[in-house]
Amino acid sequence: MFIQGNEACARGAIKAGCRFFAGYPITPSTEVAEELARILPNYGGSFVQMEDEIAALGAIIGASWSGLKVMTSTSGPGFSLMQENIGYGQITETPLVIINVQRGSPSTGQPTMAAQGDMMQARWGSHGDYEPIALSPSSVQECFDFTIKAFNLSEKYRVPVIILTDEIIGHMREKITIPDEVKVTKREMPQEKPEDFLPFKADENGTSPMVPFGEGYNIHVTGLTHDERGYPDTSSPKAHSKLVKRLCNKVLNNRESIVSVEEEFCDDADIILISYGAPYRSVSAVVKKGRSEGINLGSLKINTPWPFPESQVLKAAEKAKDLVVVEMNLGQMVHEVESVARDKANIHLISKIGGELHKVEDILSKIREL
Amino acid sequence: MSNDKVTTQRSENPFMKYLRKDRLPHIFCAGCGNGTALNTFFRGMEAAKIDFDNIAMVSGIGCSSRIPGYVKCDSLHTAHGRAISFATGLKMGNPNLDVVVFTGDGDAAAIGGNHLIHAARRNINLTVICINNNIYGMTGGQISPTSPKGSFGSTAPYGSIDKPFDLAELVVAAGGSYVSRWTAIHGLQLANSIKKALNNNGFSFVEVVSQCPTYFGRRNKLRTPVEMIKAFKENSIVKKKADKMDQEELIGKIIVGEFVNNPRPEFSENICKLSEEKCGKVQLVKSAYLNEF
Amino acid sequence: MRKEVRIAGFGGQGVILAGIIIGRAASIYDGINAVQTQSYGPEARGGASRTEIVISDEEISYPKVSNPDILVAMSHEALIKYLDDLKDEGILIIDPDLINEEDIEDFVKEHEIKVYRARATKTATEEIGLRIVANIVMIGAITNITKIISLDAAKDAIVASVPKGTEEKNIKAFEAGYALNS
Repeated sequence: MFIQGNEACARGAIKAGCRFFAGYPITPSTEVAEELARILPNYGGSFVQMEDEIAALGAIIGASWSGLKVMTSTSGPGFSLMQENIGYGQITETPLVIINVQRGSPSTGQPTMAAQGDMMQARWGSHGDYEPIALSPSSVQECFDFTIKAFNLSEKYRVPVIILTDEIIGHMREKITIPDEVKVTKREMPQEKPEDFLPFKADENGTSPMVPFGEGYNIHVTGLTHDERGYPDTSSPKAHSKLVKRLCNKVLNNRESIVSVEEEFCDDADIILISYGAPYRSVSAVVKKGRSEGINLGSLKINTPWPFPESQVLKAAEKAKDLVVVEMNLGQMVHEVESVARDKANIHLISKIGGELHKVEDILSKIREL
Repeated sequence: MSNDKVTTQRSENPFMKYLRKDRLPHIFCAGCGNGTALNTFFRGMEAAKIDFDNIAMVSGIGCSSRIPGYVKCDSLHTAHGRAISFATGLKMGNPNLDVVVFTGDGDAAAIGGNHLIHAARRNINLTVICINNNIYGMTGGQISPTSPKGSFGSTAPYGSIDKPFDLAELVVAAGGSYVSRWTAIHGLQLANSIKKALNNNGFSFVEVVSQCPTYFGRRNKLRTPVEMIKAFKENSIVKKKADKMDQEELIGKIIVGEFVNNPRPEFSENICKLSEEKCGKVQLVKSAYLNEF
Repeated sequence: MRKEVRIAGFGGQGVILAGIIIGRAASIYDGINAVQTQSYGPEARGGASRTEIVISDEEISYPKVSNPDILVAMSHEALIKYLDDLKDEGILIIDPDLINEEDIEDFVKEHEIKVYRARATKTATEEIGLRIVANIVMIGAITNITKIISLDAAKDAIVASVPKGTEEKNIKAFEAGYALNS
């Protein structure tokens, strides 16, 4: 198939078992919704266009508790509106996937141009302490693959997972291969009888099996701080600390199995370029060109900005003298790189805003100045 | 200890079986209308012959939104104002469930007003019980979109200056297929309305005008529950009668009755039909638990 | 070998579909690599519209086009806007009925641009009887002039991309474009 990144996200969702989508039109993500409006009924799924993005996230959370795999898609302004319900998804451990096709911002900004301005919003956008999982695809194939991965992670850890893509990758068309079989994580019913089951207890993953509504388990799901039964317990400092730490730890304790990076030519590199999403496409060309000119460049491509791949970045800092973060904002993930690696390597930022991808020659000329 | 004895001597409320006893006592103030609303809900539910095990409740934030947490059914206690959007997803994801939303005037008509009118427009089969006490109770008595003009709240120390919403009329205009309004003193009529609402295959809205003696009454010269109940009794006018009266006469009155009962095609059924048309199968339910689709 | 193509015109001419078809022909039917991108403004109709295709036998890292090897201009406005970016000795394909060639004579000479004229709109209107297939006529011309995609791949991609029931008309349009003697 020769399709857009946004369409590939929709196709990946279907393959991963997504059978419910609620959304609101917004450039440059609308193709995800349009594609799913068209194809979901063919798979026994349903699509609903909601009245706003707040409702979209509310509807997918409701549908997730009905027992379906669910998704929505949006861009910056809509992502901002979703933040409160993202926190609700976190505290209630509701599996769901959000595709955020990033565009020029803040505010309405540049609807038809690309950016990576929502990296920190994805990390910290809702109120309170929580650990999000986010993936950033750099190709149309990765839009497909990462969407499936997002669903699997979301089911495994019972967390909202965000695909942080951008207008370039979302609207670009490339050939993709859709495998006949993909590994799909399905939801498991608990072994216990309803009267013995604790729906918000830490099992080995740090979470428990999720029961759908209508199975006689009579569970109470609340955004209030709650105990293992799901009952509100809002005044006990201990109860709150126990819940929030468990929610964070189920991601942090599994960080190494969640994170994904790809190294190219890092072993002998003097300078390692760190990127994610669309700018990786420039970086990849820069590394090849730089090497042909005798500059020992390497690339560390971050597939999972969140949780941040700390040990992988630290390893890169131990190899190379300079780490160069290439991103389409005025410097967001560079702060994470600095906090991990500032004692081990010189850290530089090549930032770009305005909506266009970094040009290969622009990056190279900055590298030559190092 | 002496209290315990008194309780055990009383016969247990017949609806106690529907409650999570391990969560009692509830947080509601003495004299609050929420108990009446829940009691009449169970009465309406039994009269409607709805299987309690098939009920799922959804609520937002506010005093009335705490009701589902005391009921022994699957329940989603969601973000402020958003209950109806969560309920929309829950109903679409499993159209077999009887989805009931408990909400209040602030939750449904201020922060959640958009979701309310759109759910009514879609005519999705939800039963929304809106307990309208004209005030924000949980946050301590601020005025709401239904506070009467001139009424006092902590954020209206000089009296409310804006025009309140008529919620029942709002939902009628938005397309709800069953809409009624009663006060907390109209137990029988309310239970009957809830029965009809549950049996209506579409968006049903039952407004329960209810007393908040703690915050509304105290600031508006209706200090006790009894005074508030009396005021409901004096000011309620049945819709049929009110339809013949002019606007002037209706100032300060509470129009009660059935506002609309007009079934029309339901949203989640239409979605199911589309699925059947496109793939020859009914919509998948609980597919997250399946190996194959 | 990396080849960069830019097709530009005004919204509603089917410029973007032309880009998709060329990208699909290269990647699916010729089995080489292709990336298609586009840029658009808020206008649904009218306004400038452009699409870009990178075609290469190697993996394509950088997906965007800044200095195309081939520029196809379907409006005078687009031609003037994008001509400066065209590589020296690059290929320029124009729809002469929509363009005032005098404006570009100096540039063409100075940069040794190879100019081809494909009367896509006129051919679509007069030979096919459908003005809206001008983009498909243009694909025919591009295929013949540049050989960036094969004849068979182009036809297969058109059939796979156009609405059901319109395949025959579109193939006819393509063939008419391919036969245009520029």
